[in-house]
Amino acid sequence: MKVSRASVAELSGVSLRYGVTKALDDVTLALPGGCMVGLIGPDGVGKSSLLSLIAGARRIQNGDVHVLGCDFSDRRNRADVCPRIAYMPQGLGKNLYPDLSVRENIDFFGRLFDQPLKERKRRISELLQATGLSRFSERLAAKLSGGMRQKLGLCCALIHDPDLLILDEPTTGVDPLSRRQFWSLIARMRSQRQDMSVITATAYMEEAEQFDWLVVMNEGRVLATGTPMAIETKTGASSLEEAFIALLPQEKQRARKVFTIPPLKRGGGEPVIVARDLTRRFGDFTAVDHVSFSIQRGEIFGFLGSNGCGKTTTMKMLTGLLPASSGEAFLFGKRLDAADKRARFRVGYMSQSFSLYTELTVRQNIDLHARLFHLPKEEAKARIATLVERFGLRPYLDQNAGDLPLGIRQRLSLAVAIVHAPEILILDEPTSGVDPLARDEFWELLVDLSRNQSVTIFVSTHFMNEAARCDRIALMDAGRVLAMGTPADLVAARHCANLEDAFISYLEQAEGPQASNSGASLVRLPTRKAPKRHPAVWFSLRRLFAYAIREGLELARDPIRIGFALLGTTFLMIVFAAGISTDVDNLSFAVLDRDNTPESRAYLEELRGSSYFIEKAAIADESSLEKRMQSGDIKAAIEIPPNFGRFIKKAVPTSVAAWIDGAMPFRAETIRGYLQAAHQQFLSDLAIRSGQRAAATFDEARDALRNSDLALLGAAAARAVPPARIEVRFSYNQDFDSIYAMAPGSMALLLALIPAILMALAIVREKELGSITNLYVTPVTRLEFLLGKQLPYIGVAMVNFALLFLIIVFLFRVPLKGSFPALLLGALLYVTSTTGIGMLVSAFCRTQIAALFGTAIVTVLIATQFSGMMTPVSSLAGFPAIMGRCFPMTYFLKISVGAFTKALGFIEMQGSLLTLAVFIPILIGLSLIVLRKQED
Amino acid sequence: MSSNTLSNIFWLGTKELRSFFKDYVLLGFVIWSFTFSVYTQAQSNSQELHNASVGVADEDHSPLSRRMIAALLPPYFKPPQAIIASDIERLMDTARYTFVIVIPPDFERDVLARRYPAVQVDIDATAMVQAGLGSNYIQQIFSTEISNFVSRNEGAFSSRSQGTSQSSVTLAVRVAFNPNVTTSWFTSIMGIINSVTMLAIILAGAAIIREREHGTMDHLLVMPVTPFEIAMSKVWANSLVITIAVGLSLTIVVRMLLSIPVVGSVPLFMVGVAIYLFFATAIGIFLATIARTMPQLGLLYLLVAMPMNMLSGSNTPLESMPLALRTIMTAVPSTHFVAFAQSILYRGAGLTVVWPDFLFVAMVGGLFLFLALIRFRAVTIQSG
Repeated sequence: MKVSRASVAELSGVSLRYGVTKALDDVTLALPGGCMVGLIGPDGVGKSSLLSLIAGARRIQNGDVHVLGCDFSDRRNRADVCPRIAYMPQGLGKNLYPDLSVRENIDFFGRLFDQPLKERKRRISELLQATGLSRFSERLAAKLSGGMRQKLGLCCALIHDPDLLILDEPTTGVDPLSRRQFWSLIARMRSQRQDMSVITATAYMEEAEQFDWLVVMNEGRVLATGTPMAIETKTGASSLEEAFIALLPQEKQRARKVFTIPPLKRGGGEPVIVARDLTRRFGDFTAVDHVSFSIQRGEIFGFLGSNGCGKTTTMKMLTGLLPASSGEAFLFGKRLDAADKRARFRVGYMSQSFSLYTELTVRQNIDLHARLFHLPKEEAKARIATLVERFGLRPYLDQNAGDLPLGIRQRLSLAVAIVHAPEILILDEPTSGVDPLARDEFWELLVDLSRNQSVTIFVSTHFMNEAARCDRIALMDAGRVLAMGTPADLVAARHCANLEDAFISYLEQAEGPQASNSGASLVRLPTRKAPKRHPAVWFSLRRLFAYAIREGLELARDPIRIGFALLGTTFLMIVFAAGISTDVDNLSFAVLDRDNTPESRAYLEELRGSSYFIEKAAIADESSLEKRMQSGDIKAAIEIPPNFGRFIKKAVPTSVAAWIDGAMPFRAETIRGYLQAAHQQFLSDLAIRSGQRAAATFDEARDALRNSDLALLGAAAARAVPPARIEVRFSYNQDFDSIYAMAPGSMALLLALIPAILMALAIVREKELGSITNLYVTPVTRLEFLLGKQLPYIGVAMVNFALLFLIIVFLFRVPLKGSFPALLLGALLYVTSTTGIGMLVSAFCRTQIAALFGTAIVTVLIATQFSGMMTPVSSLAGFPAIMGRCFPMTYFLKISVGAFTKALGFIEMQGSLLTLAVFIPILIGLSLIVLRKQED
Repeated sequence: MSSNTLSNIFWLGTKELRSFFKDYVLLGFVIWSFTFSVYTQAQSNSQELHNASVGVADEDHSPLSRRMIAALLPPYFKPPQAIIASDIERLMDTARYTFVIVIPPDFERDVLARRYPAVQVDIDATAMVQAGLGSNYIQQIFSTEISNFVSRNEGAFSSRSQGTSQSSVTLAVRVAFNPNVTTSWFTSIMGIINSVTMLAIILAGAAIIREREHGTMDHLLVMPVTPFEIAMSKVWANSLVITIAVGLSLTIVVRMLLSIPVVGSVPLFMVGVAIYLFFATAIGIFLATIARTMPQLGLLYLLVAMPMNMLSGSNTPLESMPLALRTIMTAVPSTHFVAFAQSILYRGAGLTVVWPDFLFVAMVGGLFLFLALIRFRAVTIQSG
């Protein structure tokens, strides 16, 4: 084992860039092992980037990273070491799966480290007991509170006995009691495993005081390292926060003034904001529970509480965004009315996350808001100029809001929120993640608004030192207000040293006695029996199944996706198979009969007797013929010339004119065929009447007409006169009914689209939600990851196949004539390759929306146009032909149509089956190339 | 409508345009859909008999049989391949040939001897479009070839009597609006129409969801801005983008690259496009008020947009659908869009012909906008 104080991670000359922004700038650092190392500094200074490099989650761009004695630039080294590292990324339980239960989550991680069932079971129960989660083992991670999710994250991290535990802001946004419990859990754990190293990033300076060794960071650089004591002594500061500011470059410090808040002049008068028993329920969950308070004009009122305690919901009710389930709220003494537009001119709101348009510039953002509040042009100009000066936004005016540093963004948000000079300002966690200096600057602006302009400010926060600046605060937990008063009064009431202790004391009081030891502190952590490091295997079914099971569970619990997969497919199948038809019938035609003799009527009778045509009102004259063709009222027009009957009798050549609507070429061609066949029929009938031909063909022709089968009629008619017969046989589909082609075709179409689209979300979703980190930092290989994710979708697609098969056979009554096993095998190969297409897109894209529409737009085009559904691929040329041949549907269509209507079996379809099989390794291979095992 | 409302709609819309041009993914989809997608669809020949594969088992080997085979010409048919009769079944099973022609032994002799021999044409009827059109073509071609051959080889008398009975009445077929029945005339315009439906719904729907996911929707709703103004700003901004894309696609891709003549009034068509876009963006906004997340919007969108496109008459004729489905589709604006686009662009119809379609589309658009507004606030609330 390692010597305790040897460095656990060494970085030299490490730089990291995201586009143009530098996240890390030439960092050289050695982190001591066997102790608690803390990284401190505001958001966006490179803490997370540094941790992800040490965890192996991010690709090294410049410099050397050695962790646990291994060089991380080498992939094989990393694979050897990564089972000894555990990494909890930033964001509450970001690498966890909200749709999986506590146990399922831990189980998933156990599998990723290739632990057999027995070992997993033992470890899970030990971890659950140690963290006090045993009672909640079947609860979905989505339904856990912040503190519990934190503990679950820890369980998942500890399942494989890591030597190095990396925690990225594990307690941000968690209530102080849970935070305290979390750290005592870590401390207990470390007391049992002295040799384990922990590296933590944190935004709370108070927490950092407890660590053994600190790294102070700002703007991608390391400002100082050492024990907290050493850092404070070096800078001569009394607290870490002071020390941090002292370490900043001189020019920044000079801007800093000593922060003081002039006392609030309590004037009388009506309170500006009043809430009475405000309650909001979402289903059976009560987010806000009988909250009451009143706020005076010019007061700064604070809500202090953890994430999800109801702060945001309360604020949304006060802005009218959310109606209250019960209780009432008053603004300016008037009952809150969401429809009242005038009230909105008097309120400014800044929502939790940065919610301006990131793609607009600073100037465009401010302008837009001034316009929406209808400030007169001159006034707006002056107002904007004042704000830009006051908030120091001038240097940033033409930058995109999305590119601004966090502190500037917050100032911009505030500027935008007060552009219309509101009397009330509602600010939802305005300063989370902002560095202490920027926070002070922000508060100066607030104080100015409150004291000098009598703006009433209602602000929420989860930082104690920020809450301490408010005139009055309300402590919130689980939707209830625990206590309310000035910060000093609250601290005094609980006889505590500071606000944090006071809050914890209120929390303990509220949760009752059992909460305080909620972790069964006596239970020992999993003992470390001979550390079983499972030898690195290049392919493990267990790891593969970890992902397959996870994906399957999530899919089964997502009613939207599973509903879409099953009901959506059924709906589309019925609509497509019934609606996409190449039968050309119900053709509307009209007649301009200038002759009106028995002969002309006999001619028209040939058309009128056919079920393919529907006759519309006769055409009056030439111009109305044109007009009716133009409007699409009729698809064909027949004009019989004057003297038609007379000419026939005298055998004088005459000509019938037909106009066909050519707007739809295929329909026009078919109509032309029909008309020619009818014409032939007339001729042969004429011939019969004149006694020129034998009766045998007459019967045949009549039969054909009665059956209205014009295709056959064409053949019969052709037979009547010429010296040879042309026997047309429609193979596989004697009635030439398009359902026999379209039902199996729609099956091929839907099995291309739906599985590809569902799969397209699978990988990119993990990228967006952050759980892709598990691929980066655990031993799972990319192949296991891809195949594991693909399996459940293949499963769903096969269920789809079964559904479609039943619909075709029973609803559309298209019997299966060929081999079912061959069709089944074909479907399996096919959906494996179509999910492979989705997989490839998903591995490539960065956002769900891009993956979804990218897959949809490309596959819809190729599947509907170039895969042989309408036109055989062999008839295509150029791009369409290439696209068609490179798309699996082309081959499955042959199998589907072959099995249903051509009565084919394995032997006849082996070519198509083989081609389909070839797609699978190609698509998986491409996905492997596109997917990275580390973040770029 | 007050001037404040109009001003809000205008400024929110300009914001929308700025955002759109910075979203490269959506921008990419628009460009793909109106250029490459339209161009390739125009090349697909899906509407006509083109390059049909023919296998011939010629057991006669006579001048007549050779002439018949030689008459199957490109671009309709690929050069016929000689096959042997025993292979026919296998070749058709593997869809190697769509048409297989068998000319029996002594065919020519039997023709001349008036024994009425039969040529056999086997058609793979699972390739519906090609099978239907091809059977007509082959019959016409063979009839002509055989008649010509007979009249040249037999005496003048019999050929004249034959000829008279056939040609005393002729049928002069004129295909209006597309005399050569060229596929690309149809598929290029229909490609544009399908892209309009696909993109308008996505763009408007995604714009709403994006605002909700980024929290900017909350921001707007606490300002003196109504849902109607927000919705209308998305309608006009996204419609403008697509209208311009349609105009460019029609001019550059269809007229210049594909050299397809457009007879009708393009301005009138663009007015129709704008009206249809009002509907399509409205339904996009409506779907966005049903879906909670972007992926849900995507799935929902497929369920709506796919049938709207596939069954609108832009792929297969509307008349051939079952009555119930046809009735439903008549109430769907995409059908009217296809109908008036065909009327204007192919048949040169004017406003007097297409106004009922315009009116209907606008009314359904208004209905969906109304439904979307009803749901607007409810959904914003849920997402909180």
